Amino acid sequence: MKHYDVVVVGGGHAGTEAAAAAARRGAAVLLVTQRAAQIGVMSCNPSIGGVGKGHLVREIDALDGLMGVAADDATIHRRMLNRSKGLAVQGPRVQADRRLYRGSVQAQLREYASLTIIEDEAIELETIGGSIAGVRFDSGLSVRGRAVVIATGTFLGGRLFRGTERLDGGRIDERPSHRLSQQFRSMDLPITRLKTGTPPRLDGRTIDWSRLERQASDEDVWRMSFLPYPRRSLPQLSCAITRTNERGHNVIRSGLSDSPLFAGAIEGGGPRYCPSIEDKVHRFGDRDGHQIFLEPEGLDDHVIYPNGISTSLSRDIQERLIATIAGLERARITTYGYAVEYDHLDPRSLDHRLGLHDLPGLFCAGQINGSTGYEEAAAQGLIAGLNAAAHALSLDSFVCDRAAGYMGVMVDDLVLQGVSEPYRMLTARAEYRLALRADNAETRLTGLGVAAGAVREQRRASFERRQEMRVRARAGDRREIDPDVYREVEEDARYAPYLERQTAEIARMRADRDVTIPSPKTLHAVPGLSTEMIERLSIARPTTLDEASRVRGITPAALSALWLHARKSA
Amino acid sequence: MGDDTIYALSSGAPPAAIAVMRVSGRDARAAAAVLAGALPPPRRAGVRTLRGGDGTPLDRALVLVFPGPNSATGEDLVELHLHGGRAVVAAVGAALAAQPKLRQARPGEFTRRALTNGRIDLHQAEGLADLLEAETEDQRRAALAASDGGLGETLARWMRALSDAAAIVEAAIDYDEEADVSGGHADAWRAIVMAVRDEMIGLLAQPTVERLRDGLMVVLAGPPNAGKSSLFNALLGRDAAIVTPIAGTTRDVIEAQVIRAGIPYRLCDTAGLTDATENVVEQIGVERARALSARADVILWLGESGSAPPGAVRVAAKADLALSRNADISVSTHWPESIDRLWQFLAATGREQLAFTSEIALREAQRGAVNDIASALTRSLHHTDPLVSAEELRVARRRLAGLVGLDATEAMLDALFGRFCLGK
Repeated sequence: MKHYDVVVVGGGHAGTEAAAAAARRGAAVLLVTQRAAQIGVMSCNPSIGGVGKGHLVREIDALDGLMGVAADDATIHRRMLNRSKGLAVQGPRVQADRRLYRGSVQAQLREYASLTIIEDEAIELETIGGSIAGVRFDSGLSVRGRAVVIATGTFLGGRLFRGTERLDGGRIDERPSHRLSQQFRSMDLPITRLKTGTPPRLDGRTIDWSRLERQASDEDVWRMSFLPYPRRSLPQLSCAITRTNERGHNVIRSGLSDSPLFAGAIEGGGPRYCPSIEDKVHRFGDRDGHQIFLEPEGLDDHVIYPNGISTSLSRDIQERLIATIAGLERARITTYGYAVEYDHLDPRSLDHRLGLHDLPGLFCAGQINGSTGYEEAAAQGLIAGLNAAAHALSLDSFVCDRAAGYMGVMVDDLVLQGVSEPYRMLTARAEYRLALRADNAETRLTGLGVAAGAVREQRRASFERRQEMRVRARAGDRREIDPDVYREVEEDARYAPYLERQTAEIARMRADRDVTIPSPKTLHAVPGLSTEMIERLSIARPTTLDEASRVRGITPAALSALWLHARKSA
Repeated sequence: MGDDTIYALSSGAPPAAIAVMRVSGRDARAAAAVLAGALPPPRRAGVRTLRGGDGTPLDRALVLVFPGPNSATGEDLVELHLHGGRAVVAAVGAALAAQPKLRQARPGEFTRRALTNGRIDLHQAEGLADLLEAETEDQRRAALAASDGGLGETLARWMRALSDAAAIVEAAIDYDEEADVSGGHADAWRAIVMAVRDEMIGLLAQPTVERLRDGLMVVLAGPPNAGKSSLFNALLGRDAAIVTPIAGTTRDVIEAQVIRAGIPYRLCDTAGLTDATENVVEQIGVERARALSARADVILWLGESGSAPPGAVRVAAKADLALSRNADISVSTHWPESIDRLWQFLAATGREQLAFTSEIALREAQRGAVNDIASALTRSLHHTDPLVSAEELRVARRRLAGLVGLDATEAMLDALFGRFCLGK
C-alpha cells in the first residue's frame, strides 16, 4: 500500500492550494479528484478578486500559492475596485479566461515533484486509534496518509435544483460524493446544509452589444502576483452592463410557485449578499431593476456570464426572463442556472489550523467549512495544506492571526463564530483593515512563509530584493524602486496615526492570547459560568481569553469569570 | 477564590439600630449554626440567641439563610441581623473569627463573588457600589438605574445604532460596484451618528454619579476672622443633617457633608486666605484653601469685595455689625432668616448644577469614555475619506463595547473592587 504524508480530496481552489502548500513544506502529497481535467475549474463566475477577496488573492500569492499567478495568466479584463478610496480597501479584480486559468493551475501543480494526482473518488476515511490513517477509494485502492485535507466544495451530498427538476451532483453533469458524506454523518460531525446558485450562461453572439453600456478594462496594467510577470499581457475585453426591469420581475413572480427556494424544497441557508434574482425581487419589491454585469468567459469562448441573476427557477421562466432584458432579447441560453444545496461542517468543530478537534490529522477547507467564493476556499486550502504537512512531518503549525491577514480573520471567524449563511470575505470583518491592504500582503506575510518553509526560492529572492527597496524607500530614496513598493511605503505614512493607535489594540489582543482557558471538559470548574455559556464555549472551543471574547453570545460576566479563574489557576 | 467562607459587617459602622453581619461560602450555614443552633428554613427569618464559644449569649438576632446558588453572592449566604451596638457587633465578629474555616472578607469581596458567580454583571456591580454609598433620592435613582441595567440598555441601544451606521459606511466600501445590494442613501449614516453623538453630549452635561454622591461643593473663604467659622456653624445649625463631620485643626480645612431638602452639599471652612503669614502650619492651610477654592462649585467670599476671587459669591457676614455694601448677599448669625436665605440660594444653585433630568448617570470613568466616543463620532462626521470615517466609527464602537464590559482587564476590575467598603 502506498504511503503519503498528505492526501488531499478535491481539485478545486481549496484542494489545489492545499496540495501545493503541503508540497512546498516538503510533504509527499496525493491529490485525488474525480476528473483531472477539471482541476482548477471556476465553477461559477469567471472572475477572481474583488474587495476583500482581492486581499485574499494577494495573501495567497505572498505565501507562494497558485491563485495570483493563475489569475495573471488568464486576465482578460482588470478592474481595481474602490479606486477612489484608500489603498486599504482597493480591491483588485480580474475577469479570467476559464480555460487559461485552469491550464495555469494544472501547469503550476506539475512543477511540484512530490505531488501525485489521481482520478478517483474518496469514499471512506480510515482511522487508527482515533487518528487519521488513510483513505479508501471507489476503485478499490487504499492509501496510507498521515493527514487528509477534505476540500470537496459542493460535492458532499450535493443536490441541484432548477424549477421542479432535481439532480444529484456538485456541479452540473458531475457526480456528488455521497458515501463520504454518509461517513461524516455517521461520525456524528455537526453537518448542516447550505445553498448557493449560479446564473444561466448566454451565447455572446446572440447579445445586442450595441445597445449596452460598455465597461473597459483598466488602462494601467497591474498584476495579482507580487512576482515579476514573465509573459506578455493577453488582449483585454470589455464587460457590459444591463438591468432587469418590471416586466422581467413579473415573469419571476409568475414562476415562484415552482421555485425550489420558495416552495421550501431547499432547506439550506443561502447568502444574503449574493442572493438569487428571485430573492432580490422578493425582498426588494419596490426596486424597478437590478444591475447585471455581462462578463466574458474567455478569449476564444462565446459564453457570457450574466453576473447578478443567479437563479433556480425553471428553464421556461429563465428563457422568458432573459427575453425581457435590454440587449438580451434574442440571447440564447447555453447552460441554465441552478441552485446547489450541499453538506457543510460546522466550522466550530475545527481549530485555527483548520484541523478537526476530534480527529487528529483531518483538515477541512473551502465550502465544506461554510464559506463561499474561490478566494475564500483557496486561502483556507493554503492554511489547511501548510498545517496538514506540519501534522504529518512534525513541523510548527502555521497560524495567521487577525492582525496579520484577512486569511487570519476568516479562519478565526469561522472556527469561533460558525456560520449561518455562506461566509464571504468582507473588509468590514477585519478590525485592522487599515493595516491589512492588498498591496502590502507581501510585507505582512512572505516573511512568515519563509520562516515556515512554505515559500520557494524564486519567491524568497524576489521578496528579499523588495524588502531592501522598502528599507530605502522609507528613508526617502526613490532610486531603482518598484513604483508599487514606493506607493506602499507612502500609504503606510498616510494612515500612520491610525496604524499607531491600532498597535495598542493588537498588543492587547495578543496579551489576552496568553490567558489560557480550560478545555470543555473542565469548564464546569469555573465558578459563575452558566450552562448556556459552557455550551457555547464547548462548541467553539476557544483556548485563550482572546478567542473566547469573540465567541458569539459570550457575556462580559462570563469573560470576567474565565479571567478570574485563569488568574487564580496561574 | 470562592473556596473560603467569608464574613463581614454589611451595614454601616455601629452604633446603629440594626447591624447586618453576612457570612458567605461553603461553610456559611455550619458556621452560623455554631452561633445560633438550628437555623430557620431557607428565606424565612427566625429569631435565635447567638452564643459565643463558651456558651455566653451574645445577642438575640434575626437569622436568615439563603442557599446558593440563588443568593446574592451565588453561594450559601447567612445574614445575622444584630442589635447594632458596638459591643454586640464586635462580639459576634469575634465569635465568627474564632471558627477555623472562616475569615473576614476583603473589601468588595461579596460583590466580587456575586460577579464571578454570574449573579450580577459589571454594570450592576458598579451600580451597587453607588447604591450602597447613595445618600439622596437622586443619587439612589441614578444608582438604581445603573444597577438595573438602565445604563446598559442605553449603551446597548447606542451600540445598535452605531452598528447600523457603520453598516451603511461598510456597504459603500465592500460593495463599491455592486450598487444593488446596499440601497438607500450613502450618507444616511451621518444622521444616525449625529443623533447618538448629540444624545451622548446631553448625557455628558448631566452630573456624574460621583458628583451626585459628593454633592455641591461650597467653600467658605476669606481673611482670618471674617466670620467663616461662625457662618459654617450657622449653616449646619439650620436643619442640615451632618453626614460626616471631618475634624481638622482650626487652621486647616473643616469639612461637613450635609443633606438639606434632598440636595447633598459638601461644606468646607477654610483657613484665612492671606499671603502675609510666617506661620508654616497656617501656610499649608492656606494652600489647601486655594486648592479647594479651585474645585469649588460655590465660593462664599467673606472679605473685602474688591479682593474676591472671580466668580465668588460675596457675602457680607457679621451683617449685624457692618453695612453690607457691594455684597451679593448679607447674612448674620443672629438673624436666622438670613441663613435660610443663603440656604435657598445654595439650593437653587444645587438644583441647577446637580439637575438630574435623565434616568441614568455616568460615572467619571464612563464619562471619559463617552466623551472619547463622542469625539470619535464627531471626527467620523468631519472626514470625507470613508475609510477614516469607518475607522473612527470602529474605534467608537469598540470603546462602547468596552463600556458594556467586553474588555475585562485586570486594572479595571481592581479599580472596581477597590471602591467597595469592607463587606459590602
